[in-house]
Amino acid sequence: MKKPEIAIVGGGPAGLSAALSAVRQGAQVMLIDRDPVLGGQLVKQTHMFFGSKKQYAAIRGIDIPQKLLAALQEEGNGKFDPRVNTTVLGCYDDGVLLLEKEDRAELIQPRKIIIATGAAEKMLPFPGNDLPGVYGAGAVQTLMNVYGIKPGTRVLMIGAGNIGLIVSYQLLQAGVEVTAIIEGAPKIGGYLVHATKVRRAGIPILTSHTIKKAYGCDSVEGAVLCNLDEKWCAVPGTEQSLAVDVICLAVGLTPQTELLWQAGCEQQYLPELGGYVPLRSEKMQTSLSHLFVAGDAACIEEAGSAMVEGKIAGLFAAADLGYAENVEALNETFSRELEELRSGPAGAKIRQGLSRLKGGAQVC
Amino acid sequence: MLEKTGVPDADQIKKITPSPGRLKKGPVAVVECFQSIPCDPCRYACRQEAIKEFKDINDLPVIDHDLCNGCGSCISKCPGLAIFVIDDTYSEKEGLVKLPYEYLPLPRPEEEENGIDTEGWEVCSARVVKVQNAKVLDRTPVVWLTVPREHLMKVRNFLRKGGA
Ligand SMILES: Cc1cc2nc3c(=O)[nH]c(=O)nc-3n(C[C@H](O)[C@H](O)[C@H](O)COP(=O)(O)OP(=O)(O)OC[C@H]3O[C@@H](n4cnc5c(N)ncnc54)[C@H](O)[C@@H]3O)c2cc1C
Ligand code: SF4
Ligand code: SF4
Repeated sequence: MKKPEIAIVGGGPAGLSAALSAVRQGAQVMLIDRDPVLGGQLVKQTHMFFGSKKQYAAIRGIDIPQKLLAALQEEGNGKFDPRVNTTVLGCYDDGVLLLEKEDRAELIQPRKIIIATGAAEKMLPFPGNDLPGVYGAGAVQTLMNVYGIKPGTRVLMIGAGNIGLIVSYQLLQAGVEVTAIIEGAPKIGGYLVHATKVRRAGIPILTSHTIKKAYGCDSVEGAVLCNLDEKWCAVPGTEQSLAVDVICLAVGLTPQTELLWQAGCEQQYLPELGGYVPLRSEKMQTSLSHLFVAGDAACIEEAGSAMVEGKIAGLFAAADLGYAENVEALNETFSRELEELRSGPAGAKIRQGLSRLKGGAQVC
Repeated sequence: MLEKTGVPDADQIKKITPSPGRLKKGPVAVVECFQSIPCDPCRYACRQEAIKEFKDINDLPVIDHDLCNGCGSCISKCPGLAIFVIDDTYSEKEGLVKLPYEYLPLPRPEEEENGIDTEGWEVCSARVVKVQNAKVLDRTPVVWLTVPREHLMKVRNFLRKGGA
């Protein structure tokens, strides 16, 4: 059984940054991802990122993995072992991971594990949501931006958070018509600069609206919408029908924490952070001392914060193995970056969630 | 309104419109970014330091129109695509709008297009003067359009008359 010093599950921005941080400290890292290429969500983010210069702002998401990988190749000194097309199926309480690649299983026993498995999309219950043509926004983005396939011709987007707004914009770029973006809340949840961008391209954004049902014989042929009042109750007589062949759901993400459950990590339900999240210290260490967590798996946020959390998790996983150079100074820098990213109104929800995390984010 | 519909209010636009005195002096950037979000690349894009230093990454960008020379370097660096350059001195009747445009196919100089406002409505006819797409723009081309001067603060997009 292989015994890498650190195994990282998930090669998105959090996992890649964790790998770089740990390798820089001198640790040996195995990075495992079930996808054929590393980058996680980034491989389909064709738009420029927000954030600060330190976290690659104004650079397109698709270009960030290469930058991190180039640094990993350069600084890895043979200590970086990436494994793609490899799914982690099990994470046992004795620290053993079960890997599967092309129908072959392998057990490994790393000394430290960092879980950076990202998020899963939430579903919305409505009649007809099982018709072909109802997609998650992530699926639509993967089809278009990774495989170059249009999901349909006329789309109804549900959800005016950043994902709904960005995927609508990318649908327009792909030449697909977006008939409307609807949002149950009375206000647009995503960044308003994204909203103005799709609005001036002619897509109406209908706040206080929801979907009543989808209809169609073999696949989606249309949707019935209605208005919502302040209490989120449907307003009778406001139904309207839209002929569309795609209904795209962008109604939120939830941390992918199955492996953490299986290992026996303590978790807490915090809607502000996306659902059940693992308890962890400021070192990103969970209730099990050999298990660390980072990125959307810890709390639904952004690529910028996922990268910084990754750096922290990588730093402390390595420090626990004795690679303890300069840890305090580095941690101070990383913590300040995180604090800065979360300090504004856009970070209010995250701050509230973290403050409710049992025992605070201070203790493990 | 902006939070409900994605369309900035007249008041918000008024606040960020350069003074008539400044408009007389030639091209100048308008920054249509009205919400405090963790983002600051515009500040680093401007070599004139017309976009003030951010105390906090969540600050709204503040531009000193007198320091801005309208060079347009910031347009393609804003991930929100919220920065435009306008030139009220282009000709007696026409003004120039430089806007970020990330759709294909790109228009060609001299083409007549429909000028579109922030609500997505056609407001006037617009002529393409130039299309910048150098490598430094990193796949965010900048299109220069002439529009009637009274529409300088309105036109923020265009629809190709030839379709697509
Ligand atoms: C449409 C959209 C637009 C966005 N725009 C922005 C933006 O402008 N700015 C910004 O900062 N953020 C943006 N984000 C958010 C950002 O993409 C995420 O916050 C970020 O990718 C989270 O990083 P992560 O590494 O935690 O997870 P992910 O990027 O999701 O990576 C997780 C990785 O884990 C792998 N994995 C999961 N389970 C297993 C397993 N069992 N075995 C092996 N591998 C596994 C997955 O294959 C994946 O590669 C956007 C997200 C979306 C969906
Ligand atoms: S147009 Fe040029 S000078 Fe003006 S703010 Fe933008 S980068 Fe600075
Ligand atoms: S770069 Fe654009 S979106 Fe970001 S703060 Fe500056 S103007 Fe706003």
